[in-house]
This record gives sequence, structure tokens and C-alpha cells, in this order.
Amino acid sequence: MKIVVCIKQVPDTEAEVKWDLQKGTLKREDMDAITNPFDEFALEEALLTKEKYDAEIVALSLGPQKATDVLRNALALAVDEVHHVSDEAFAGSDTLATSYALAKSIEKVGDVDLVLCGKQTTDGNTGVVASEIATRLGYSQLTFVGKIVEIDAANKKIKVERNIEGGTELVEAKLPAVVSVLKGINEPRLPNLMGIRKAAKVQIPVWDAAEIGAAKEKIGAEGAAVKVIELTTPPPRSGGEMLSGDVDEVSSLLVEKLLGLKVIK
Amino acid sequence: MADYKDVWVYVEHKEGAFTPMSYELFGIGQKLAADLGGNLCALVIAENTDELAKEAGYYGASKVYAVDGAPFKTFRPDAYAKAATTVMDKYKPDVVLYRATSQGADLSSACAATLETGIASDAIGLEIDAAKAVKVTRAAFGGSYLVGVVNTKAKPQLMTVRPKVFPMSERDTGKQAEVAKEAVAVAEGDLRTTILQFMKSEVTVNLVEADIIVSGGRGTGKPEGFNVLRELANTLGGALGASRAAVDSGWIPQEHQVGQTGKTVKPKIYIACGISGAIQHLAGMRTSDYIVAINKDSEAPIFKIASYGIVGDYNQVVPKLIDEFKKRLSR
Ligand SMILES: Cc1cc2nc3c(=O)[nH]c(=O)nc-3n(C[C@H](O)[C@H](O)[C@H](O)COP(=O)(O)OP(=O)(O)OC[C@H]3O[C@@H](n4cnc5c(N)ncnc54)[C@H](O)[C@@H]3O)c2cc1C
Ligand SMILES: Nc1ncnc2c1ncn2[C@@H]1O[C@H](COP(=O)(O)O)[C@@H](O)[C@H]1O
Repeated sequence: MKIVVCIKQVPDTEAEVKWDLQKGTLKREDMDAITNPFDEFALEEALLTKEKYDAEIVALSLGPQKATDVLRNALALAVDEVHHVSDEAFAGSDTLATSYALAKSIEKVGDVDLVLCGKQTTDGNTGVVASEIATRLGYSQLTFVGKIVEIDAANKKIKVERNIEGGTELVEAKLPAVVSVLKGINEPRLPNLMGIRKAAKVQIPVWDAAEIGAAKEKIGAEGAAVKVIELTTPPPRSGGEMLSGDVDEVSSLLVEKLLGLKVIK
Repeated sequence: MADYKDVWVYVEHKEGAFTPMSYELFGIGQKLAADLGGNLCALVIAENTDELAKEAGYYGASKVYAVDGAPFKTFRPDAYAKAATTVMDKYKPDVVLYRATSQGADLSSACAATLETGIASDAIGLEIDAAKAVKVTRAAFGGSYLVGVVNTKAKPQLMTVRPKVFPMSERDTGKQAEVAKEAVAVAEGDLRTTILQFMKSEVTVNLVEADIIVSGGRGTGKPEGFNVLRELANTLGGALGASRAAVDSGWIPQEHQVGQTGKTVKPKIYIACGISGAIQHLAGMRTSDYIVAINKDSEAPIFKIASYGIVGDYNQVVPKLIDEFKKRLSR
């Protein structure tokens, strides 16, 4: 079985956000960065699947030079192969262009049975790239997965639990499939020292646009449909009021205020 | 791209069952359609669309595109996307709105990739700009920034909309929509997924749809701490939420987590008990209409965004609130 895991480098939530407003893009090189938290669960799920069913894991990340950090981390966790999908021409991609480039990369990997993604990224918060990859490749689209129940690689089948509104859906699907995972599906492990040392020496292979056979008009700013045109900070919340008094006083005051909102019936 | 017109709303349902929330985007859809000089239309895909289509008319759709058939009994992304994109290809809507739910996200992204168009997720603001494109306001970086995005390149313009952000239109049973039945053939053998079972969750109130949420954090101190919070939530007819710290401590299941790696919620009232107000938690609840914070530490950041703050121990405050609410609401 061959598994691709898609991991993205995102700015640390606590980091100062730096924008290039002219281009409507982030100055990613100037910001503190981490592996997208959801992708750590995807990576761990790939490792667990390999341990259970025997598989080869290929990790892909699309992003600028600096994104090799997340691939090095994946290497330290003993994935078999990594590819850094990187090219100036990818700059300014939206989800449409990103999913195109990743789908092309997955095709280049070849003979893939399972693609693992995170539920969403914490920078763009879009949560659509996994589904778009599935649609582009004609793979099964399995999102919001809280558990991989079973994989039957010989018969090209997978069974998963999806945690959706109101409950859990048990789904069987054909392989290949794209599975996007939720937090809580597993406990991501940390790399050990030996893994880190070994990964540090590896030259991370780069796939550029030509290498994956991407059409120029479908990638980067040219291929993107959605563009950022405005950046603002949310209006500060006003009307904040601290209630003071003893426990009885503040409690009845709060009840009074909340009932006054006419929301509680 | 001049031949793209009208604003469509995709009507979400579960095996034919719908709630008023299925029609919650008809209010904003109506407004966008008026601003663009087009009509508000509905897209309904189900085993039997008759009831859903009629209801769409009550909520203000002038036209309903309906795809019926056995393969559409339960939502499956491949079957529904085939139906949706076939009809969209034929009638060329300018704008299509979906709810930002699992179903809305699955379907809209499959449509975007099939039709090679853009998608804006989880909109919290929608307006028509000077160029007659929809400017979508979305939260980025855990809600500490708002970005305005537009798709001026490809049509239709697809977007998912955060639940409960826009007011609903009035239901008027005197109104009727014209229904266009569209045949889309989907062979069961070509579909990739089979739903084997749906296990209903024990969480009675859906966090995303709740008007009132009572949430607990590390400050609740222990699993039993959630008992009083649950009682308060039940008294108010609300749902129970939690911070990641409480979930990671194993005091409450993950499905209750609010925040960046949990759910994004927008209740009318959010009561945070023993939650410090870390940016990742705020990411999931900062657009709540009213926020109440109960925290021992007067310096806790949550107070900066709270509409009402109480510095105190939740062990003492919450039981009092329950008593007082029960008395006042005669429960
Ligand atoms: C990548 C990433 C993603 C994350 N995603 C999320 C997410 O989705 N959701 C989320 O919530 N967090 C998330 N976090 C974690 C977040 O940064 C905080 O750690 C978390 O929100 C803290 O939870 P807390 O407020 O319950 O705990 P703490 O910060 O420990 O705060 C506990 C509060 O309780 C108060 N308190 C203690 N005892 C009492 C008492 N008896 N009565 C009243 N008050 C009391 C204390 O004064 C304190 O303010 C994420 C972090 C990272 C790095
Ligand atoms: N640039 C990227 N490189 C690798 N994987 C990505 C990239 N962008 C998105 N993904 C994958 O798609 C998932 C959803 O991303 P998004 O739709 O951007 O929220 C992520 O959790 C990743 O698994």
C-alpha cells in the first residue's frame, strides 16, 4: 500500500502576522512557522496505518523554501520519502491552485492508495483542499474522519467513522481515497534524537512546476480564483461590564442582565 | 461571463428531514440577489424533493432546481456533486451559497474542483462590491484578522457561510416557487461510498446550532466540575462546550471542544467558566453575540472580550445562577 500525507507549514498562531497587501499574500518567510496542527494527526495516522498494514509513506508539502522544516520533521518520524513541491510560480495560489498542484504531485508519486490530510489549516482556515484533491483525482472523498476502522488494500476498500453534526457516520468507500482527519484521531508522537539526526543530513528533493507537469495558467497567482483584497482587524468588542458584589449579588445581577436579552426562553 | 445570473442557495437536509436552519441562507441570499438584480433560487437534491422544494418557496425562493432519485437518499459527496454540477453547468448561477457545515463544505469543494472555480469558506460577511462581485469577509489566523476576498476570475462564485451569522427570512406559506425538476443519472455502481450506519450522538444539542453555550475550561478542575455546567446548560436549553485544556485533561469528550482545533460557534450567549481566553479558544467563539466570563483571576484575558464579567469561583457562582434561573423561569 502507498500512502501520501499532505502537510503544510503554517504561521504560528501566536506569531506576528506579516502581510504583503499589494499581492494579498503572507510574507511567510518572515514569520515563525509550525506544522499545521491537523497535519500532525494526518502524519501520525499514516505511521499507525503503516505499522498495522505495512505501507510506504510519502510526505508532500507545497510551500516556500522554509517549508522544508515540516518535511524534515516528517523524515525524523521515519516516513519513507518526502517531496517539497516548490516553485516561484506557485506563489499566490488559492485552494483551487493548491489542490491542482498537489493532485499533480500525487499523480507523479503514482499508485497511491490513500491520501491523508488534516481537516483544515489554521492560517487560511479553508478546509477544502483535501476534498478538492479527491474530486480532481476521482478518489473517494472522506472528510471529518475521527477513526479509520479498517483498510482492505487487496479489495481496495476502506471503512471510516466520520464525526459530523449530530453523530457519527460509518462509511465504506473504494480506494484510492483522500481522508482528512480530525484532532483526537490519535496522539501524535515526537521524533527521537536519532531520527532527528538522520533527517538533518537528508537533501530534500524539490519538485518544481515543470517536474509535476503543472500547466502554468493553473498555478500560483495566475491560477488562483480567490484573492485577498482587504485585511482588517475585527472591531473591538464594546460594552464590557464587570459585575461586582458578593456571590449572591453578582449572580442575580447576571441573571437579570441575561434574561433582559430575551434569548433565554 | 455575462450569462451567469441569480443567487442560488443549496438546501441542506438529512435523508429528507429538514429544519428551519436548512433555509437560513435565504435571508442573505435574497439581499444579494436584489443587489445583483437577479433572482433567489434554491438547489435541492434528495430522494424526494417535493416537501423541501415547497418549503424553499415559503422562505422566498422564486425558483427551485430539484434533482430527485434513489441515489440521493443520503448525502454522499460524489452523488450530490454530480447532481449539483450538472444543474449548475446548465443554468449558470452567478453565486451559490452553502452552509459552512460538513455537508456544505464537502459539496461546495467538490463543486469548485469540478467546475474549476474558486471557493470562499466560512463567510461571516457578504456584500456586493462596485464590480458586482461578492466580497466575502472571513476570519483568518484564529479570528485575530478579518480578510476580504473576491473571486473575479471564474464563475460561479461559491461560498460557505458560517451558521447563524445572517438573520433568516420570514416563512410565508402563501408564497410559491416555480419548480424545475432536473434529471441527473447516477449509477450506484459508479459511486465510491456507501453509508453503513449513522450513530446519533449523545450530545443532545448541536453546539454549532445552539443559541446558548455554557463552556468549561481547565479551571473546572475535574470531570465532575462539568456537572454544574451541564445543569446550567440544561436549565437554559443550551449546549455544553469546553476548552482544549479541559478536553486534553480527559474531563469531557473532544466533540465539545470550541476553538481553533475544535468547533467554531456563534451562539447568542456564550458563558465561559474557568477559561482563560487563549487566542486559540477565542478563535472559536469570539463572534458570539454576548460573552459571559466567570474566572477567579481578574487579569484573565477572557475579560477583555466579555460582555459581562464576574471575578469569582465558578463552584460558587454557577449553582447560584442555576437556582436563580430556575426561580425566575419557574423551572
Ligand atoms: C495549535 C493550537 C491549537 C489550539 N486549539 C485550541 C482550541 O481549539 N480550543 C481551545 O480552547 N484551545 C486551543 N488551544 C489551547 C489554548 O492555547 C489554551 O491552552 C487553552 O484554550 C486553555 O484552556 P483553558 O482556558 O481552559 O485553561 P487555562 O489557560 O489554564 O485557564 C484556566 C482558567 O481557569 C481559571 N480558574 C481556575 N479555577 C477556577 C475556578 N474555580 N473558578 C473560576 N475560574 C477558575 C484560571 O484563573 C484560568 O484563567 C490550542 C493551542 C495550540 C497551540
Ligand atoms: N500547501 C500545502 N502543502 C501540503 N498540504 C496542504 C497544503 N495546503 C493544504 N494542504 C492539505 O490540505 C488540508 C486542508 O487544507 P486547507 O483546505 O488549506 O484548510 C491540510 O490540512 C493539508 O493536509
